[in-house]
Order: sequence, then C-alpha cells, then structure tokens
Amino acid sequence: MKKLINNPRSVVAESLEGFGLAHHDLVQIHLDPDYVLRRDVPVQGKVGLVSGGGSGHEPLHSGYVGQGMLTAAVPGAVFTSPTPDQILPAIVKSDSGSGVLLVVKNYTGDILNFETAAELAGVEGIDIRTVVVNDDVAVEDSTYTAGRRGVAGTVLLERIAGGAADRGDVLAKVAEIAERVNANVRSMGVALAPCTVPHAGEPSFTLAEDEIEMGVGIHGEPGRHRVPMTTADSITDQLMEPVLSDLGVASGDRVLLFVNGMGGTPLSELYIVYRRAAQILADRGARVERSLVGNYITALEMEGASVTVLRLDDELTDLWDSPVNTPALRWGV
Amino acid sequence: MELDAAWADRWMRLSAAALSGNRQRLTTLDREIGDADHGENMERGFSAVVEKLDADGVPETPGAVFKTVAMTLMSKVGGAAGPLYGTAFLRASTAAGSASALGPAELVAVLTAARDGIVARGKAEPGDKTMIDAWTPAVDAAVTAEAAGSGPVEILTAAANAADAGLAGTEPLVARKGRASYLGERSAGHLDPGAASTALILQAAVSAAETAA
Repeated sequence: MKKLINNPRSVVAESLEGFGLAHHDLVQIHLDPDYVLRRDVPVQGKVGLVSGGGSGHEPLHSGYVGQGMLTAAVPGAVFTSPTPDQILPAIVKSDSGSGVLLVVKNYTGDILNFETAAELAGVEGIDIRTVVVNDDVAVEDSTYTAGRRGVAGTVLLERIAGGAADRGDVLAKVAEIAERVNANVRSMGVALAPCTVPHAGEPSFTLAEDEIEMGVGIHGEPGRHRVPMTTADSITDQLMEPVLSDLGVASGDRVLLFVNGMGGTPLSELYIVYRRAAQILADRGARVERSLVGNYITALEMEGASVTVLRLDDELTDLWDSPVNTPALRWGV
Repeated sequence: MELDAAWADRWMRLSAAALSGNRQRLTTLDREIGDADHGENMERGFSAVVEKLDADGVPETPGAVFKTVAMTLMSKVGGAAGPLYGTAFLRASTAAGSASALGPAELVAVLTAARDGIVARGKAEPGDKTMIDAWTPAVDAAVTAEAAGSGPVEILTAAANAADAGLAGTEPLVARKGRASYLGERSAGHLDPGAASTALILQAAVSAAETAA
C-alpha cells in the first residue's frame, strides 16, 4: 500500500486540518470531536442543513459546506459513520432558531448515530427533520436487506435542499424539497478496481484483470454481481438501464444527468460515460437540462463511476441554479 | 467469587486486549462482507474505555462500570457497532442497578438486557447474520445454566461457548441486516464480524471471572 499519509490513525484529522487551512474563507473546522461549520454559522432566519458520514468520500460532505449548501458536515472515521457526540454540536451550532434538516445516507450506522443525535438535539429544544437518501438501484429494497443505499444522489439533494434553505424556506418546506429530490433520483455504480482503506492496509476486494463489479457502493463493499470487462458504452448501458426503468423516465421528462467518479478514474473516461448516457436519454426522448461530471462522492482511490439521473421540475431546476459557494461546488456568486 | 466492579473492570480490560489482538482478523472478516472497519472501530472503542477507567478510577459497582463503557463506546466507535454495543452496555447498566455484586440471577438479567438492547436498536432477528446470532444462543445458554443451579463462572462459560457456536453458525447465513445485506447470496460462506467480536467479549467475561475465582 502506497499512500500519501503519515499515520493511518491520523488520516482524518490531518486531512481535516489541511482542508480548514485551504478553505478558511468559507469554513471553520472543529477537532475532537470533528466537525466542519460554515464560517458564518448560525445563519439568522435560515434553516440549518447538516450532513455527515464516513470519511473517504471527499469532497462529500465537508467540501459542500457553505452558502447555498450545507451548514455543517460531520466526518467519521474512514468509511465509518460519525458518533452522536460529533453530530450534536454540529446541529446545535447550525441552528438559528429555524430548525435543522439532517441529510442521512441509508446505512445502518449512519441511521443509528444520526437518530441518536436527533433525539438529543430534540431534548435541547431544536426543531429537527431528517431525510434519508436511498437512491441506489443496485440494492433491492426489500425486507431482506437494509434497504437501498444512499449514494451520489446525496450530492444533488444537498445542493437543492441547501438552495431552499438559503432562499429562506421554512423547515417543513426544505424537508419537502429534499424528499422530492430523493423520490426523483436514482443511481447505479461500477467498480473496475478496489480501494484500500488506510487502516486495513489491503484492498477491500479483488477483481481479476478482466472483471468488473456492477452495482458497487461507495465503500468498496462488493456490489451485486461480477461481469466481464467490456466497453465503456456497454458498461454505461448496464448502469443506465436499471436507473431509467426504476425511475420510469419517459419521453418529455426533463432531467439532470450526473456522472460521478469514484476517485481513481480520469475525467476523460467519465465524459465517455456521459456521452453514452446522454445518447440513451436522448433516445428515450428525455431532455438533459442540467449536468454534473466529476469526482463528487468518491470511495478513496477506487476506480469506477456511477450514473445518476434526477427528474427535474421548475422549482428543483431553479434551486439547482441558485448561488452556491462551497470548497467543491461554486457558481452564481 | 463475586462479580463485582473489579470483575467488570477486568472484563473490559480483557475485552480490550482480545479485540486489539484480533483487530486484523475482525477487519478481514468485515472486508469480506462489509467495509473493513470493524477491527479498527472495536479496538478504538475499547482502548478508549480502558483510558477512561484509568483516568477516572474504577467505579464502585458493575452497573457503573457498564455505564462508563456505554457512554465511551457511543462516543468513540461510530458505525453500527458503536450504537449497538453502546446500547447493550447501557441496558446492562440499568439491569445491574446499584448492586455491588451480581449473583447468578442478576448476571442472567444483565446478559438478557444487553441482548434485548441490541435487538431494540438494530431490529435484527436470529438468522439475520448479525451479532444477535452470537448473543441469543449465549443468553439462552446462560438462562439454562442458571436454572440448573450453576454459579457465575459456569453461567458465563456456557454463554461464551454458545456464542462461539453461534458465531460458527453465521457462516452459511445470508445477511439480511447491515451492509452485508447488500451482498445478498454472496454474503454466505463468511463469518459475521459482529458475532465474532461478541464471542471475544463474552470469552473475556469468563476469563475475568476465572481470574477472581
């Protein structure tokens, strides 16, 4: 394992320190317990938006702290959800009296820890709502699994709900918009090569040279099945089919198309995937009105990509376009 | 022998040593069906427990030791293991109450409360391929041993042995809870890492009691 680290135990803290130094104009970092706040918290008269999860998915979530997106982000250990004693102060400092929306990805650990923190925040008199993101169509949502995972759709949801909070919507409205995004977004990912968790020291799974893992999540956890390596177009077809059929994309639908890199795949290849995905949508008669391409929710250095389709309406589009000023996403400012 | 605060303190220190010694093994089990962090998380949590016991001194009752453990695990572990083990020890603390030592009946009540806490938090059932598959046979064995008139060491031994058997029994199961559930059928053929850490912790409880006996 070759990594640019000093000590596997201090990866999160040292990375966070560097992040705070690099973006001190936008964010303030707090160490022990670890959390990241907008420089100007709490924002008076506005709903706070707090998210978090395991580290290793950078720029998620810390990179999305700032105007028009998150008020606070809570990073856990690598691929491990944060603890309630980290989440609670982030909630308390994000609350201006207008309440706080928690954005939680559907993983057992994230749910349990955010649930506990929400309960504690409620005791302190803070109005809390929670939205659970579960956009991954690779996972069958049944009583036999923990339910669909929350993956790349999280980025889109944080941007749009953050836009709603920033324009001054009340908590119930921000939560409704977040739920609307979740109801209209689907994702599916593929891994070409695994990642190595720093403290584990070995790759999370192994793939033969001619094998890829379809339906992989963002933790290097194995996906649903392995298939032979093939062309970018064929892989994109396999990713898009379940996304579009599950979302029920029809002719005339307006969508946002998001091709996300898992950390180890060059942008050039992501655009090749985007090219094919856009063709598929055009063939269906759907209109791609907004796009996002890049490494926005990663799995350390895993090679691979995911495609995400969000069905847009006028309000979601306006909120997507509204000003955002964060370390990793910025426009309109 | 008595299951007093000193026993509870030894239990936690022996658990920390066992989890530290098995860090790589637990992480490997978790890498196969999860996300490769269970060994690291358990070592981090129980090291923090030992640090806390060193810093504050040993509390006066087993219940107070369990409460310290619960609060420390919930604030240091994260993931699913933090809330699950944290809840287990919190319920164990409540069940132990202010007793200065646990007799056979109290010991069984503590183990039962811990198991029930994990079930309430994680909503898993036996057969889901989780730590419950070690905890449930352990509690059943403890109940049986106590009913047969066994003393604390025998009850704990029965529980730990049943947890080991329960752990072995997770291998063929298909996971229905937690991150391993995403694997579906592919989760079969692997031991559950949470059941593995449970077996280690219950074995440490036996060692802690034998040391005093």
